Amino acid sequence: MKRRSLAAWGALLPLAVIVGVGYIGTVLWTLRTSMSSSRTFPRDDFVGLQQFERLLESDRWMLAIQNVAIYGVLYITAAMVIGFLLAVFIDQKVRGEGVLRTAFLYPYAMSFVATGLVWQWVLNPDSGLQHAVQQLGWSSFQFDWIVDQDMVIYTVVIAGTWQGAGLVMALMLAGLRGIDEEIWKAARLDGIPAWRVYLSIVLPMMAPTLATVFTLLAVGVVKVYDTVVAMTQGGPGIASDVPAKFIMDHLFSRANLGLASAGAVMLLVTVLALVAPLFYVRSRQKAQGGH
Amino acid sequence: MTFARHALAAAVLASAVLPAFSQAPPSTPLKAEVIHWWTSGGESAAVKTLAEAYKAQGGLWVDTAVALGEQARSVAINRIAGGNPPTAAQFNTTQQFRDIVDQGYLNNVDAVAQRDGWDKFLPQLVLDVIRVNGHYYAAPVNIHNMSWFWFSKAAFKKAGIADEPKTFDELFAALDKLKAAGIVPLAHGGQPWQDGIVFTATLAHYGGRDLYLKVFRDRDPKAIMGEDFKKVLLAYKRLQGYVDKGSPGRNWNDATAMLINGRGGVQIMGDWVKGEFAQAKQEHGRDYGCAPGFGPKAPYIIQGDVMVFPKTNKPDQIKAQQLLASVITQPATQVAFSIKKGSIPIRTDVDASKMDACAQMGLAAMKDKSRHLGNGEIYLTPDQNGALQDVITAFWNRNVPVEKTQKDIVSALRN
Repeated sequence: MKRRSLAAWGALLPLAVIVGVGYIGTVLWTLRTSMSSSRTFPRDDFVGLQQFERLLESDRWMLAIQNVAIYGVLYITAAMVIGFLLAVFIDQKVRGEGVLRTAFLYPYAMSFVATGLVWQWVLNPDSGLQHAVQQLGWSSFQFDWIVDQDMVIYTVVIAGTWQGAGLVMALMLAGLRGIDEEIWKAARLDGIPAWRVYLSIVLPMMAPTLATVFTLLAVGVVKVYDTVVAMTQGGPGIASDVPAKFIMDHLFSRANLGLASAGAVMLLVTVLALVAPLFYVRSRQKAQGGH
Repeated sequence: MTFARHALAAAVLASAVLPAFSQAPPSTPLKAEVIHWWTSGGESAAVKTLAEAYKAQGGLWVDTAVALGEQARSVAINRIAGGNPPTAAQFNTTQQFRDIVDQGYLNNVDAVAQRDGWDKFLPQLVLDVIRVNGHYYAAPVNIHNMSWFWFSKAAFKKAGIADEPKTFDELFAALDKLKAAGIVPLAHGGQPWQDGIVFTATLAHYGGRDLYLKVFRDRDPKAIMGEDFKKVLLAYKRLQGYVDKGSPGRNWNDATAMLINGRGGVQIMGDWVKGEFAQAKQEHGRDYGCAPGFGPKAPYIIQGDVMVFPKTNKPDQIKAQQLLASVITQPATQVAFSIKKGSIPIRTDVDASKMDACAQMGLAAMKDKSRHLGNGEIYLTPDQNGALQDVITAFWNRNVPVEKTQKDIVSALRN
């Protein structure tokens, strides 16, 4: 027994080292750098929370946070709802299920950059959808969100959802297939309408699947970067800026390691604040003997 | 076979281009690894002229091209910090490499600068950037002016404009006429850096030299809050009224394409635009016009590329760095490079006869020192410049009150 746990530890050691140095180590280093006046190169001085003050005073950072919040709520909701509906639809034993499943999952196989570019073309008012519909004769048709300061972030949501809904569908479908046939039979005997079964019985039973999907999507929200860069480059102006882009800009082109690190720390703190309650609830459930 | 051919080519080049260079090439070539971001068609043709000139004088050019300036610079910085530096690395003629100088990560090329007399032929602005505490830390490669005015002859003809504008007011008049003729008056790519270029041009040519220096060089809050600067911002915002709806996010070359097919009238962009016209087989004077500003005394805005030389103790690397610095700044190399690149040489004592009309205008402007003005980044740190860009692009795109923008610029330049 003891030898086996030793072997297990041995096998885990490389991973532990990578996590310890590669993740936790760099997080600590970032934390340290965020409290220095580092520019191109890291500096050893200590300036307290100065970088954070500057961050909070920055209109651009606040806008980026606001954007990622909008994006997060809408993208997660839309991807989960659409993904679930697609899964339900496919679960009706439709013909050609394999083809449909592949078609829905295809967008996910595309890189974020490709997704962003495709949608940039589609949404470009001069050459994309708007232009095409106007050419067809509906000349008053307008869909120029991508060049509109106030609407541009929603176009990123559209692109993100288009890409992510397929994966949600695949996971949800697996969840649906895990539901016992007997439950459906029982519900049918009782004469309960199908939508009610989905809502009140199936969905609660799929809680673990939902949690997985949520976590996957939430991680995608925090690191959203490529789609924005490919689609709008954060524009028009800075209207579709997101925290990750702010950080990358300051890290590289603006040679401000200190401010970029402060941004990264803020992002980490936000994520922890969101995830910590989840973990707390889970650990409580475990302690109470649940599973 | 190839080696023999190269050697022959090198010998021919050496004897043809540089008869004055008496020193015989050493037996083993001096290897120099150079990181740069010249990757587009014209750019890589340009960098090839550098590599060949270097080879002709006894060097061996090892090319490390990294697409995108930002990317190339971060590769260079990481390798410098990591202790495995290249022989030379490209930066812009700006404050970008100031931190690396201050950290002591660069070798100076004082010996070459003194021997070749850089002080005598380099523009003061370029000297101010590459010379830190009396030491020369970079070899200038070329000069770019990021704020040229480009005119589409086809569009002007259609709008009934006979002459290219000679003042900023005439520019507005021309834009109005273009608009009336149903042409996109200002072909603009709405990306923050391009918004910044238009701002720089407006400040220099509408606000004038003194105000320009007060804002960019002195970062003077009084000037920025002042009435004159407010007028500049309003003129800038007025220009925004001449762009089309598809402008946001457009690439600069797509905006140039609008000039080429006559859909757009004017573009404000750097001299690399010439490459697009050339590719479309368009000619200056017949198809397009260019102006670095308005009038014979108009400011000429200077930026460009330099090579820096990371610290090393290896004697042959130091030799390679010095040879590079010398080769890059020689008149023949300068002209050959700039013809391909679309820039102009860093020195005016060159044979400009083979350069295009716009480049000759630029060289003429360079001869008059009172016209020189640095691009914003020559005076500002990357951080200040970035913060300024955020404010400018917000003002261009949004309805921000001009007074708030003035205040925001003061605070962007304070840090």
